[in-house]
Parts: sequence; C-alpha cells; structure tokens
Amino acid sequence: MRDVDVVVVDYEAGNLRSVETALSALGVRYVVSGDPEVVRRAGRVVVPGVGEARACMGVLRERGLDEALREVVERGGPFLGICIGCQLVLEFSEERETDTLGFLRGRVVRFPSLPGLKVPHMGWNGVEQVKPHPLFEGIPSGASFYFVHSYYPVPEEKESIVATTEYGVRFASAFAKDNLFAVQFHPEKSGPYGLRLLENFFSL
Amino acid sequence: MFKKRIIVCLDVKDGKTTKGVKFKGNVDIGDPVEMARRYYEQGVDELVFYDITASAERRKIMIDVVARVAEQIFIPFAVGGGIGSVEDMRAVLLAGAEKVSVNSQAVRNPAVIEEGAGLFGSQCVVLGMDVLKDPSMPSGYRVVIDGGRTPTDLDALEWARKAEQLGAGEIVLNSIDADGTQEGYELVVTRMISEAVGIPVVASGGAGRPEHLRDVFAEAKADAALIASMVHYGTYTIPGIKRYLASEGIPVRMDGIPSEA
Repeated sequence: MRDVDVVVVDYEAGNLRSVETALSALGVRYVVSGDPEVVRRAGRVVVPGVGEARACMGVLRERGLDEALREVVERGGPFLGICIGCQLVLEFSEERETDTLGFLRGRVVRFPSLPGLKVPHMGWNGVEQVKPHPLFEGIPSGASFYFVHSYYPVPEEKESIVATTEYGVRFASAFAKDNLFAVQFHPEKSGPYGLRLLENFFSL
Repeated sequence: MFKKRIIVCLDVKDGKTTKGVKFKGNVDIGDPVEMARRYYEQGVDELVFYDITASAERRKIMIDVVARVAEQIFIPFAVGGGIGSVEDMRAVLLAGAEKVSVNSQAVRNPAVIEEGAGLFGSQCVVLGMDVLKDPSMPSGYRVVIDGGRTPTDLDALEWARKAEQLGAGEIVLNSIDADGTQEGYELVVTRMISEAVGIPVVASGGAGRPEHLRDVFAEAKADAALIASMVHYGTYTIPGIKRYLASEGIPVRMDGIPSEA
C-alpha cells in the first residue's frame, strides 16, 4: 500500500489547475505536490505543464524531483507526462539547449520555419494511432486533441511511438514504453476524448 | 489534420452573459457557466469570456465564474476585460483559464505583454485588438481602445507585429465596423494581419451566418473565428455550423458531432 496513490507533480510549470479539475471530474483521488519525498512514494505520477524546458528542469533538479521521478519510473510506477512533461522524459531539448530527464532516448526539436506554418502549434489536431494501445482504448484514431507547443518530441525508439500528428512535419504526439506514457497534447483540455485518455491511464 | 477553431464569445457583466451591438445597448441573455457548458457539450472548440464590467470590486464575481467554468468544461478558454497587470493575469490563470486577453491596457502599457509572456508563457497571452477602418493610417486601420470609445495613434498592422515581438501568443482581431452587424467578418484586415504575423489570428466581429465563417477561414486565412449572437439566440448551433464548414471543405473538429441533424 502506497502512502499516496496519485501525485500530480508541482514544479511551477503552470496549468496544474486544469489537470486537477479534470482528475476531480473523473473522481480520481490525487494530491498535488512538489515535495520529492511525496513524489518518491507515489503509486503513479502525472507530470503536467506548459513551460519552458530549461526553467522546468531547473526547478526539478533544485528540488530533487528529477531523482524522485526516476525512482518512480524505475520501480514501475505509471508515469504520465503531458506537454512539457512529455518532452522532459527524453534526453535533450533544443529549447535553450537543455539536458532533460532522459528516461527514454531522444530529443526535442523546434518546428521548422515554413511559410504559413504558425508556431506555436496551437489548437486542435488529429492524433493518428499507429498501433492499438490501452491509453487510447475507446478513442478512434484521428480524434482531435488540443495542442499548444513550439517544440516537438523525437523519441529514438520508434517502437515506443503510439500516435503521430502532422503539423508541417509528422511527429510523435504520444509515445510509451513499459510504465512510461507521454502525450504532447493536453488531454485535460481535449474534451470527452481527452478525459477518456486520462481515465485510461488511471485504469492501467 | 490541423483544425480551424470555432470560439464562442461570452460577454459577462456582473456575472451574467450580455450581448450588445457595437458595444452599446447590452441585455442579459443568461448564466455564463450554463451557457458555456451547453456549448461545450455541443462541441465548441474554445471559449472566451470578456468581463465588460471590469471594475475592481466586481472582478471577484468574474473570478468565481472562471473557477466554476474550469470545473466543468474541458476545453481551453480565455478571459479578458480590464486585465492590466501580471497580477490580474495570474488571478485569472490560477482560477483555471488557459489564456488571458489584454487589450486597452496593453496599448497603454505594452510591457504587460512581455512580462506576462515571460512569467506564464506566450501561449497564455492573447492580444485583443479593436480596429476601425481609417484611410489615413498606413495599413488602412486604426487601433481603438476602451471598448471602441478611444482612438489611438496606433496603426493596426504595426501594433499586431509589435505585440508578436513582445511575446503575444495569439491575436483576437475585432473589427468595430463589422461588430454586431451579423453581415460578415472584415476580411481585408483579417487577411492582412493573419499573413503578417507568425502567431494565430482569431477573427472577431460580424459573424451572422455559417458562410461568414467559411469566408474568413478560406479567404482571410483566419486560424479561428469568434462567434456570439448567431448561437446565443439559437439561430444556429455549433454542430450545424461545423457540419456546414466540413461540407465546404474547411477542416473542423467533428468528434462527437453526428454527421446529420
């Protein structure tokens, strides 16, 4: 029995409130914490966030949350990274040349400058599932999710890619390996399908 | 495929939704939280709430509306009206909004865009701009503030570019000439600004029929379109508008919307 089951990790990355209200609506019991001791003991963690990679990593390291999260992942606790939380699980971000958590191999790169392609990628876009995955149970391939980001993840292990999205380039909008799940979009702001995805994560 | 967004705008005065024509003659049309929930269930992509009272003592009422909306609506929404400082921005964001919209106060103090973007990220900071046709301006459009009452010396195109440089993540472009007419968006200024900036542009003012949305997406390159009266009074519905746009080849989010009425 874990002291605390679900911990939403508070590392000053904004939009915590949206994740909280979505979890409350789903009836998920959670605590919000930035305390590495609480995170370390979590049954599962949600790492939300809208933010800038270097600033986020700074807070995670300063508080020892990077190591606490690593412990959770290494002992098999389900981990859901959302938006910047998705990008941080890879090794490196081009956003201010930042070394990130490195739970999975890969990097985060900026959208190319293309005529007519507005950055940030902000709005609803189709998420094409490349294989069946429990995270997308009950969600049709191509369903729209809400995105807000200027950088996108490039996981090195192609077999970890669960879904892709096209925005100037085709990128991995959801990837997963073992107990680690990462989505570039915001399920907490993606209407009924977004709530379903969160529910799926908590049912794993 | 990347979708064009349909955003419903709710003007909120003392906790009630109101609607006026050319910023005048507002009447109450309902509870903003109830209305927001209905639009959410119908498949709207985003919402924006403008606090048109925006006096200091009534700001709390709006914060309460924002918090109640955040508890039941799982799509992005923005809040504007009287936002003049990063403290104002923080209050709205903490209550659960994704974005804050600055308008008159950003003209008076452009640094608020930069400070807000630095603290909360560009994606949070929306520049609302009201423009009026004026052939004496370089772009042909002048920025007006204070709900259309006060003309400024700012050229619309120049201000849009400056706001982008300062860190605004999106522009809501409202044409005073078209606002409340229900005769269609101002396509010329929308296209001009949408092509001139690298951030999304939301067209506002003048929507009365689904064809107007098609025109502003297809011809004026808007990324999103703001609507109000055409749905507030039940003339059109969100699913009806989206079905029409989809049939015209405009990419819109159809999830949860039956293909026929």
